[in-house]
Amino acid sequence: MKDDIKIAGHGGQGVVLAGSLIANAAMDQGLETCGMVSYGAEMRGGTANATVIISDKPIGSPVVVNPTTALILNEPSLKKFEESLVPGGIIIINTSECKKKVSRTDLEVVLIPATEIASELGNKKATNMVMIGAYIKKRGIIDIQVAIKTLKRVLGKKPELVEINQKALIKGAEQCM
Amino acid sequence: MTEKILMKGNEAMVHAAIKAGCTFYAGYPITPQNEVPEQMSALMPKAGGIFIQAEAELSAINMIFGASAAGVRCMTSSSSPGIALKQEGISYIAGGELPCVIANVMRGGPGLGNIRASQADYFQSVKGGGHGDYKLIVLAPSTVQEMYDLTMDAFDYADHYRNPVLILADGITGQMVEPVELKDYKPILELPSKSGWILDGCKGREPHVVKTLFLESDDRLTKHNIHLQEKYQRIKDELCLCKEYKTEDAELFIAAYGITARVCKEAVDAARKLGYKVGIIQPVSLWPFPEKIFAKYKGKDFLVVEMSCGQMIEDVKLSLECKGKIHFMGCGGGWYPDTEQIVTKVKEIYGRS
Repeated sequence: MKDDIKIAGHGGQGVVLAGSLIANAAMDQGLETCGMVSYGAEMRGGTANATVIISDKPIGSPVVVNPTTALILNEPSLKKFEESLVPGGIIIINTSECKKKVSRTDLEVVLIPATEIASELGNKKATNMVMIGAYIKKRGIIDIQVAIKTLKRVLGKKPELVEINQKALIKGAEQCM
Repeated sequence: MTEKILMKGNEAMVHAAIKAGCTFYAGYPITPQNEVPEQMSALMPKAGGIFIQAEAELSAINMIFGASAAGVRCMTSSSSPGIALKQEGISYIAGGELPCVIANVMRGGPGLGNIRASQADYFQSVKGGGHGDYKLIVLAPSTVQEMYDLTMDAFDYADHYRNPVLILADGITGQMVEPVELKDYKPILELPSKSGWILDGCKGREPHVVKTLFLESDDRLTKHNIHLQEKYQRIKDELCLCKEYKTEDAELFIAAYGITARVCKEAVDAARKLGYKVGIIQPVSLWPFPEKIFAKYKGKDFLVVEMSCGQMIEDVKLSLECKGKIHFMGCGGGWYPDTEQIVTKVKEIYGRS
């Protein structure tokens, strides 16, 4: 079992934190994990993307060329990464900020209005958590209960943020029921 | 299982250094190693040490000269062009037999190059990038855990041999995030007292002198060189870090270090599924080069994979006395191998031989 995950969006959408939460949850579940945040010549507010590999075996190359899963938070990211996914890969799209349709027919597409859901819950910034919730449920590798515990650990210094993020995570998972 | 936390390779080096008792860091920013000074600036003052963002690489390395001469465990870091700027100071530090740890998180070159990962500073690191006959102990990590472990060990090697130690990492090992166990520090070698040579105030004793200029007599510097060479020989006799993977029944041996070795490992597993008996020899100490390990397989076929246009291959050839077929795969400028490319190369070699 191995999942090469690409998370992409624009700066401020919590791409880096999303990658960190998935990697931490995988670690907490006893899996191997390796992550990388793109460190190109990007500016604040520009595009952001991160990769996380989770596996039950030691990880070789930390570089993801062809992801098996993609979390797409905005439209430019779909254009940038759609072609790179492996056939049969899962693509989860935040339809609130990506109106474009997936043109490939060999992908499993999950459409979630993540930003709208997060806004309804009270904080647009929890968009990334809605997406992770959907990912966890859809891919079925990480246990949602483990992820909630991880969330509490990672946000230990900001307990006021735990509740909204936890709600967003669960709401995201419910979208894939 | 001991608790692990997720962090970048660059951050792991900082945690290891502080745990190992490093109390002085001087550096100058450059991508992709910026997390080192960033974390040092946050953690070093808390640990009671000193962090200095120097005005340039040259001053940073000379601050290390000073701190080491004063007997302090010290470290600097940079990336390729910055390490090139430090070469003069590194030669002085090696000449003065001063222990310190230098980290090079390699990026693409030559020149300012780019900020992608690279392994093109091998020659500079192991052959001596500065002037004069000197050697650095060079260690090449391939995981975040090794970034931690080898940095910690580097301080012991430096003090034990009174020699600078270089951690030769790359943009990927520096930037990638992996679980790491922040082990406690326990010396791995005997650490000789520094009281006989450090500059800590000479009240009540003869002054110590730390210097690299020897003009007293015609043969004074020659004698110093002979002394250095004897020390380097001792290091060569005693230090050999190398990992082997599936070499027992291998017909083709891949030689790779650092991040490249990891990709090769994946490729070896894939190639073996196709029936190709491939193994890996992964040097961890690049100087001293694990010649003895390679010599065991003299006459066998080799494939050297590097993120450079071919540098370590020279040491592989020397260790094998150029016997057997020695193939190469690699490129500079930020080129990164993937598993498929390596497997294709393996098939090609089998087709040829």
